[in-house]
Amino acid sequence: MVSAQKGQVRVLTGNAVGAYGAMVCRPEVIAAYPITPQSEIAEQLAQFKADGTIDAEYVEVEGENSAMNVVLGASAAGARVFTATSSYGLVFMYDALQEASGFRAPVVMVNANRETPGIHAVSSGQQDMISARDTGWVQIIVENDQEILDQIIMAYRLAEDNDILLPVMVNYDGFYLSYLAEAVEIPKIEDVDAFLSPLKKQPARQRLVPGLPIGCGTHGIEMGYVEARYKHCQAMERVKNKVDEIDKAFGDYFGRYYGGQIEEYRTGDADIVIIASGSATGTAKTVVDTKREQGLKVGLIKLRLFRPFPAERLVKILKGKKAVGVIDRSVSFGWKYGPICMELKALTADFGPMPVLSYIDGLANLDITIPHIGRVIDEVDAAARGKPYQEVTWIPME
Amino acid sequence: MVIKHKNIFITESAWSNTDKLLLCLDTGSWRTERPVLDKEKCNYCGLCALYCPPQCMKDMGEYYEANLVYCKGCGICATECPRKAITMVSEGGFTDG
Repeated sequence: MVSAQKGQVRVLTGNAVGAYGAMVCRPEVIAAYPITPQSEIAEQLAQFKADGTIDAEYVEVEGENSAMNVVLGASAAGARVFTATSSYGLVFMYDALQEASGFRAPVVMVNANRETPGIHAVSSGQQDMISARDTGWVQIIVENDQEILDQIIMAYRLAEDNDILLPVMVNYDGFYLSYLAEAVEIPKIEDVDAFLSPLKKQPARQRLVPGLPIGCGTHGIEMGYVEARYKHCQAMERVKNKVDEIDKAFGDYFGRYYGGQIEEYRTGDADIVIIASGSATGTAKTVVDTKREQGLKVGLIKLRLFRPFPAERLVKILKGKKAVGVIDRSVSFGWKYGPICMELKALTADFGPMPVLSYIDGLANLDITIPHIGRVIDEVDAAARGKPYQEVTWIPME
Repeated sequence: MVIKHKNIFITESAWSNTDKLLLCLDTGSWRTERPVLDKEKCNYCGLCALYCPPQCMKDMGEYYEANLVYCKGCGICATECPRKAITMVSEGGFTDG
């Protein structure tokens, strides 16, 4: 494999890019139900089907629960499948999410992050994805439109790998990226075919065959359950290195690298580090650059993989640093820290004692601004120099 | 960690080929009563096998017999048998259950 040809560059919204990302991977069965801010994906895929651009079964379902169950059934029959959702839609497929991961079905789904039910916020936030944390899915967060497309391609390579066989959720900030038009390079389908071709060289995965009765996930009593859960958790551990390997292979072929589990931005010689995810990391990089010009040794970790949590790589970077600040775009009911910060705190014994500052910001479409991130960096820096600090700060509440 | 467990499933997922193996479903241990057949009354009509919820009635050629590894003792076969050839008998009197 040398390198891919130059693809067509088009200006597309994040949602349209989601549909193009699916299209170039040649899914065989698609089922999706429109929901703000994802609707354009469902519409664009239907248009592809109508135009003959895509050779897939497009199942018009009456809701997200059916969407997930349709793609799950098709995946169990051996098809490459795709679906997309957001917020209430993700909640509505909650049982089916766990069926899919329990089946070890390599479903690829795009989730345009949005706040969740209870408070009818038609606005951005990562609460939907965070609330689906323990459904057994691989969860990846991306930063911009190009990364949406590239990550969908990488998601198939990951999900359908026989060492993994897990459903993958590609998350991007709804509203911010779903409606943001950016220049995006769409790879040629034959190059995507080539990139995904290692999957075809594997033995065919287990699948439903008419006339051959198979028990799928029905034999989960006692040790059958324990064994299935153990294998699932082991596969999750394997995902971490696999994500790094796939990122490297993708970059070598298409020329774009994302860092795999995490992207390290100026962390090497940094004294303090901030951790963020999604579209806000673009802003954060700018602020890090400004602070660097002012002489502050600060770095950024862009968290790409939320499940499995990239513990080993985070520990490696944070060891020896003086303080860390985490910006969460969601909350954890019953833990005062933000969810990503809470996960990081579980690693304190491994990366050593240092101030860990949790920030809740960007809920419900409130921007994570340059001044916000600047203030986070200043406070983390002060904490690193021994000043007293506040453990948790809800920035918009001040 | 030492793993002593011998894998039940040959695949990554908890899938099994039901032709060869019904895995983990030791539902026979749930039974408090078992179906006992009076072969004199049975005319091999097969209704018991049709109604059996876990589909565990074995075709023995001239009659049907419950596979006691899976039979939960629900008694539907006894209720449905038109010739009253099946009686549910308490497990207490058996030594193989």
